[in-house]
Amino acid sequence: MDEVLRFLSLADANVRFVLAGSILLGSASGVVGVFTLLRRRSLLGDALAHAALPGVALGFMLTLSKSIVPLLIGASAAGILGVLAITAMVKTGRIREDAAIGITLSVFFGIGIVLLTFIQRLPSGNQSGLDKFLFGQAAAMLPQDVQLMSIVSVVTLITITLLYKEFRLLVFDANYLAAQGFPVTLLDILLMFLVVLVVMIGLQAVGVVLMAALLITPAAGARFWSDDLKIMLLLAALFGAVSGVLGVFFSSLAPRIPTGPVMVLAATLLFALSAVFAPRRGLLARRMRQIQTGRRTAQEHLLRASLEWMELNPGAVRIPLDALAGPLGVPLSAVERTAAALSKKGDIHFTNRNAQLTAAGKDKALAILKSHRLWEYYLLHRMALKQDHVHRDADQIEHILSPDVIERLEKLLQEDGVDVENITSVHPVAG
Amino acid sequence: METLHKNKIPIEVHDMTVAYHKKPVLWDVDLILPEGELIGIIGPNGAGKSTLIKAILGLIPKASGWVKIYGDTFERMRTLVGYVPQKESVDWDFPVNVLDVVLMGLYGRLGWIRRPGKRDVGLALESLKRVGMEEYASRQISQLSGGQQQRVFLARALVQDAQIYLMDEPFAGVDAATETAIIDLLNELKSRNRTVLVVHHDLETINEYFDHLIMLNMRVIACGPVKEVFHRENLQRTYGGKLTILTEAAEKIGREGGVISN
Amino acid sequence: MDAFWIILTGVLAAGSCGLLGAFLVLRRMSLLGDAISHAVLPGIALAFLISGSRDIFPMLLGAAGFGLLSVFLIETLQKKWRVQEDASMGIIYTALFAAGVIIISAFAGHIDLDQECVLYGEIAYTPWDTLTAGGRNLGPRPVWLLGIVFLIDILFVLLFYKELKISSFDPALGISLGFNVTLIHYMFMGAVSLSTVAAFESVGAILVVAMLIVPGATACLWTDRLSRMLLLSVLFGAIAAAAGYFLAVIWDSSIAGAMTVAAGFVLLLSIFFSPRYGLIARMANPFRLGIRFASDHLLLSLHRALEKEGKTGIALDAIYGSISTSRIQASLAIRRNLKRGAVLKSNRHLQLTEKGRRLARALMQGHRLWERFADRELGLPADHVHESAHRLEHYIDEPLRDELEQAAGR
Repeated sequence: MDEVLRFLSLADANVRFVLAGSILLGSASGVVGVFTLLRRRSLLGDALAHAALPGVALGFMLTLSKSIVPLLIGASAAGILGVLAITAMVKTGRIREDAAIGITLSVFFGIGIVLLTFIQRLPSGNQSGLDKFLFGQAAAMLPQDVQLMSIVSVVTLITITLLYKEFRLLVFDANYLAAQGFPVTLLDILLMFLVVLVVMIGLQAVGVVLMAALLITPAAGARFWSDDLKIMLLLAALFGAVSGVLGVFFSSLAPRIPTGPVMVLAATLLFALSAVFAPRRGLLARRMRQIQTGRRTAQEHLLRASLEWMELNPGAVRIPLDALAGPLGVPLSAVERTAAALSKKGDIHFTNRNAQLTAAGKDKALAILKSHRLWEYYLLHRMALKQDHVHRDADQIEHILSPDVIERLEKLLQEDGVDVENITSVHPVAG
Repeated sequence: METLHKNKIPIEVHDMTVAYHKKPVLWDVDLILPEGELIGIIGPNGAGKSTLIKAILGLIPKASGWVKIYGDTFERMRTLVGYVPQKESVDWDFPVNVLDVVLMGLYGRLGWIRRPGKRDVGLALESLKRVGMEEYASRQISQLSGGQQQRVFLARALVQDAQIYLMDEPFAGVDAATETAIIDLLNELKSRNRTVLVVHHDLETINEYFDHLIMLNMRVIACGPVKEVFHRENLQRTYGGKLTILTEAAEKIGREGGVISN
Repeated sequence: MDAFWIILTGVLAAGSCGLLGAFLVLRRMSLLGDAISHAVLPGIALAFLISGSRDIFPMLLGAAGFGLLSVFLIETLQKKWRVQEDASMGIIYTALFAAGVIIISAFAGHIDLDQECVLYGEIAYTPWDTLTAGGRNLGPRPVWLLGIVFLIDILFVLLFYKELKISSFDPALGISLGFNVTLIHYMFMGAVSLSTVAAFESVGAILVVAMLIVPGATACLWTDRLSRMLLLSVLFGAIAAAAGYFLAVIWDSSIAGAMTVAAGFVLLLSIFFSPRYGLIARMANPFRLGIRFASDHLLLSLHRALEKEGKTGIALDAIYGSISTSRIQASLAIRRNLKRGAVLKSNRHLQLTEKGRRLARALMQGHRLWERFADRELGLPADHVHESAHRLEHYIDEPLRDELEQAAGR
């Protein structure tokens, strides 16, 4: 508990640094990740991250210093080499992009592992310093590391802001961008370069193996919330930053656990929550819409069935609900539930297994019935469908025919001499 | 913005061959197109109609030949040419709204980094009005129907106020109302002396919609006024189907790795 | 002897992964292999934790379980949650791998598994990890395990060769032929999980991914026949394993890492030197093509000199420039024609032989036929047809000539 409070109070300077770095990293990778996600190149960042390992190792071997700069330069160089390797392999025409990514990922990583074991043998092989690049240890970040992260993050964010419209069109319609006179290949390379930058600063905190997650997961989560690219970018940055903070937080409580995995799980949690709870695109929202539509459809079917029953039993006003269960094809309990809902809306009087349409209910029922029968006529006479087919179709369409379409159908059928105000059914109504 | 050109030929293509993976798909195309007319391009699937448009726009490299826009290279005359790609060429689930898509037509004019300003937004809204979509300006494109999508693409091209418009299957998959709206728009463009090149698929409407016609099947079969070239013999040759020789030759060239350039 | 066991383990692991991996590469599912091999980690970690031992069966169970779970989750994300395919893989496999790492590091005392080992396995310990039954030492357990898995994989591929072939190249055809494509898919994924898991213990996550993808991709550079691809895939995997071991000994480094490097090196060599699809062969192509063009031009020039000007030969010095812009190509073209008896040299002049005359006539006819075709069918203006024929005459072989003749006859 003490530790938690200590953390939250930000009294520890080291904690402040590490937090700042993680927030910047999360934001930058979230933002860049949105573009790679939309460009369908998510796993390219994964390949880049894995490919960076031999670069890190070589950087260390060549300079034998614990400074972060040669390591990161090595990482970037190796990353770029990896992207070139992927492009070259795809150009042979015999290796497809997914295989090329997988090859680069594993082979470069293998080279990195070999180099790491070399380093182990070195007298100054402080390789525990390099091990943290595998899974990330944000707590090991020094103030100058954070400075570098800030600079790179800011550069990334500025580039994206300046070239926002270009990147957006690149991802949406690259051909059109070319037609407008912009160099598409150059912009693609620039985007890749931004990924390299982000990977470079992320390696320390998240590690090579899991870096991809920071590029993909926050962006994928943000997608659920908005259809506006700007909002998506902001949310991705936010999710990334929050993941970073949570990662550092939990890792500080349990230093044995590397930060990388915790950040990834935090990001995944945010993703899952977004997928379920986001309005409109989230699972919950979609399910509710489905239920609502189902209810409305059931109600409209009940109203129509009531009217049809009244046609078959002229003079009767009280409709026994069990008589409707058959034609509706649902159990009596379902009919009763729907009737109860309609009663609440004021469309029927519902008492004791009988229903009676109110004035409002009758109007609604007539409208639905008309839509249904208009459509059936249309299908039967104009589209020459078979009589036993038209009912099912009309059953579904009746709910969505808009007023202007109904008007056009009426005109059409009036030409055929049909009495559209008292339109009768084209097939025997189920009793 | 009526620009006067010394050279009155909006599009001239000379001896153009286009290869895909080293296999020629368009052979020795020669075209001189008239200004201010509605020009249709027809041909069977795989005939190279889209390829022709893309090659003119410089989106795919040419194995041989050249293209001139009003006597000058496409790169220099780029702003005079508007492009309406096939609607299937983008993912309509992309998070962007209608107005932003239309504004993309102005990017060439804006250049690097500059964002569209108020005047540009005004132009875009006018463009949307011309296609009857001004109420949808802030709508997300994922919510549009096929016809509406096509209109947005048209508006994007129109906002450029170009002299020449290249359209790839604008009538495909749209409802009757949109089709009427599009053809009205094309006629309006024609009345302002714009040249419009349209890849089309419906032979029934050729006579009604177009003045000039290019009949294409890996090579130009005929190019001329509709009344002159749109007849059975040419249609036979265009859609007849037996292109074994050209296809075989193309296969051989592709296999043996020689793109035929000098 | 130890070396033998280690190499054998590597070869068996590479063999099973390479065999199935070839199908992954063909079906464009390479990254799924990558995802699965990372996703099995929490399964293995949990198995250790729960069973409290290094028993193989809990580990296999845990790994297979999580392998299939990851496939299921990825598909759910893709189909139900409408997340893009590549993003779905990335999200799931990183989340599961992260969970695995956390479990391992949190319960480090209870799990005899450390993070690095996860990545590159413990193949070096293979010789000591022996199986004993009835008091007898049967040899290293991993060898038994991988050997059995390899056999299972071979049997699977042999039994379902037809089905696998069709469902990889043309699933729609497979369905129409009545194959249960979905069932085959799941059986295949099961086999992949099995091999992955079996190899995992010895060679770790990275090498498993490498072995799944690299040999198969390398094989694609040598052939496009499935049977050969499978054989080559296993072969390349085995070579990588053996070579990798020796490299590791020389460098005194991680064996799994060295095997991966070896696999990558074999791929690199193939990219350059494969006689069919390699870069060198393809760069040579324009050059070879140039020689052929020059060779044809030589025959045509000699023929024209004979027909039009009555000259029986052309001076050697004069001919170089007229047949090619490259002197090397011209010389090689001359040599080619001398060798095949189309041309002979006398008195520093080149002459056509009877064979040469025949070849030249065939070329000329092809040229003329194309000109006619270009005029009638392509509608090329008169000044263009010659150009077109000149470019294409080299490609017009006998079958094409026959077609052109037929077309001309119509």
